[in-house]
Amino acid sequence: MGIYSKPVVFAVVSALVILIGTVVTVFVPMFLPSTQPVSAFVKPYTAIEQEGRDIYMREGCNNCHTQTVRPLRTEVLRFGEYSKAEEFAWDRPFLWGSRRTGPDLNRVGGKYPDSWHYKHMQSPQSMFALSNMPPYGWLAANRLDTSISFKKTSTLGYGYTEEQVKQQIAEYKAKVTAPEYDSRETRDLVTPAGLRGELTEMDAIVAYMQKLGRDVKSMEARQ
Amino acid sequence: MKDTGYDYSIVRGFAYSALLWLIVGLLIGLWIAFEMFNPSLNITPWLSFGRLRVVHTNGLGVGFGMSGIFATAYYMLQRLTRTPLPFPKLAKAHLYVFNLAIAAAAVSLMAGMNTTKEYAELEWPLDIGVVIMWVMFAINVFAILVKRQEKQMYISLWYLVAMTVTVAVLYIVNNLAIPVSLTKSYSLYAGANDANVEWWYGHNIVGFIFTVPVLAMFYYFLPKATGLPIYSHRLSIVSFWSLIFAYLWTGAHHLMLTPLPEWIQTVAIAFSIFLIAPSWGSVVNGYYTLQGNWDQMRSNYLTKFFIIGITFYGLQTLQGPLQGLRTLNAFFHYTDWVVGHVHMGTMGWVTMIISASFYYMIPKISGRDLYSIKLANIHFWLILIGQLTWTITMWIGGIQQGAMWKATNPDGSLMYNFLDGLTSLYPYYRMRFGAGIVYFIGILIFAWNVLQTARKQPETAEA
Repeated sequence: MGIYSKPVVFAVVSALVILIGTVVTVFVPMFLPSTQPVSAFVKPYTAIEQEGRDIYMREGCNNCHTQTVRPLRTEVLRFGEYSKAEEFAWDRPFLWGSRRTGPDLNRVGGKYPDSWHYKHMQSPQSMFALSNMPPYGWLAANRLDTSISFKKTSTLGYGYTEEQVKQQIAEYKAKVTAPEYDSRETRDLVTPAGLRGELTEMDAIVAYMQKLGRDVKSMEARQ
Repeated sequence: MKDTGYDYSIVRGFAYSALLWLIVGLLIGLWIAFEMFNPSLNITPWLSFGRLRVVHTNGLGVGFGMSGIFATAYYMLQRLTRTPLPFPKLAKAHLYVFNLAIAAAAVSLMAGMNTTKEYAELEWPLDIGVVIMWVMFAINVFAILVKRQEKQMYISLWYLVAMTVTVAVLYIVNNLAIPVSLTKSYSLYAGANDANVEWWYGHNIVGFIFTVPVLAMFYYFLPKATGLPIYSHRLSIVSFWSLIFAYLWTGAHHLMLTPLPEWIQTVAIAFSIFLIAPSWGSVVNGYYTLQGNWDQMRSNYLTKFFIIGITFYGLQTLQGPLQGLRTLNAFFHYTDWVVGHVHMGTMGWVTMIISASFYYMIPKISGRDLYSIKLANIHFWLILIGQLTWTITMWIGGIQQGAMWKATNPDGSLMYNFLDGLTSLYPYYRMRFGAGIVYFIGILIFAWNVLQTARKQPETAEA
């Protein structure tokens, strides 16, 4: 056959052959409403939650934790309501994961108080002796860098003004440093003295943990 | 032999790179395998599991796999076209850019610059480097094909062309992102769309790196090593086109029972089952090539590697589609079963074929016999035993974990908490670590054997 002696034609034909499945299953769905449903209940991340999400990505948490609950009876029993597409409308990238060395986190928000997370992040083994999760106490020794938080939220299209981002950061800082903060004692325990009045990377990742699945839970509560 | 003018220094350079990244990648693999049952090795953030796992996958998939592919591709391209490399200096630059990119990738991933898209974790400046590196390779591929002295393109060249084209499409589309700083970017796609793009990429990058070019090696080096022609040219034509057509539809079997629209999942299942046919086309072609000459399994050490390698490819391509079925996927997905599946492909199929190709190629370009056939045989048995122990251990662990996740008491409540499922795997993780050590020793013998064979070459290209 002629094509096997014409390398350029061969390359073009190969490209067309691989593009058929690509167009049908990837390119066309990009523009269908079914892959990008939106819900008024699902709110974008705050600047702090987004910083926490970025730390989650930096540390590769997705290598061990999934963020999608499948519609299976035991899975719903274990983790909570199964995941819906609209929950992920703001997720760039998606963080569904592919391996569950640790439990799914899509419904972890609100499941435990902040203090639980501070303690667990610092030393998973102090709470579960046989856990194989790496300890992340050092996150509390890193001051949270919010210098490009506004650039991040505007790139992601969250629609916050620069003032709103500053306010979100200030409000969260006020919340976790306030004497009446319910997890104050544990936070102080894991945070080096010099950073107790500041926002740390630990604060951000805890904020992110508490956001996961919260919108769905509040929607269910309203129904 | 009409060897005059062929550039073999580039082949040698990439072969050495492959050995280097293979050893580095396996060492990291052993490190993280240990972390799985003893978290005390998470000494610093740079050595924590979450960061190192991607150094392992990128280091072996791209560092070892790709340099093995480039080494054999530069060799096969010149031999099959009977044409010297058109741009040897460009190829040399390709070698340096490639190794720099892999080193930079490893450091940046350890520093936490991670886009989290599996097998596409590199941040945008490195993505640009990868694209440049690929173009440097593609220029030589197409230039040599256009200038070739041999009219017909042999099967292996089809696979190399398909790889060159498809990897470019996959890599660019999946890595489109908007930078917010030099070390951070956000995917252009969101949510379910992003997942769909990523697993279209993730599945096919495995297909077009761990299958397509490895089949190119298989179709070239099997006849060379055995002295037997490929059984059926027609079967290879049918297999090639149906393979590259069907592959691209199947990515969503990685997203079974997720919020991705159900029709995309179902289409992926159907094409995954279909994919058994072209995959086994190559397996059957390999087996029938040996027709009447099966004694070579004993008398020719290379034949063992190729035939056992293609057998793992055959098992891999049966297991994969079965895992894609909804009911089985519901049980196996997210467990160590899948980890076992991947490693049968990489440790069994890919590494066996690259090893054997090097064993054939390095003596040829060095102009002398292999340093030790005995060592090659020891290497074969060690990596076979290591790999089988490794993967079977993970399959058993996966079945156990899947069953524990699903188990309920008579009243309908869950029988085990999550931690029970995890801690029950630790004995398997220890066994896997042991199997990894056996495998690693086999690989060290391989590297030693290749280096000893090439040693006295005057124009040694350092990687």
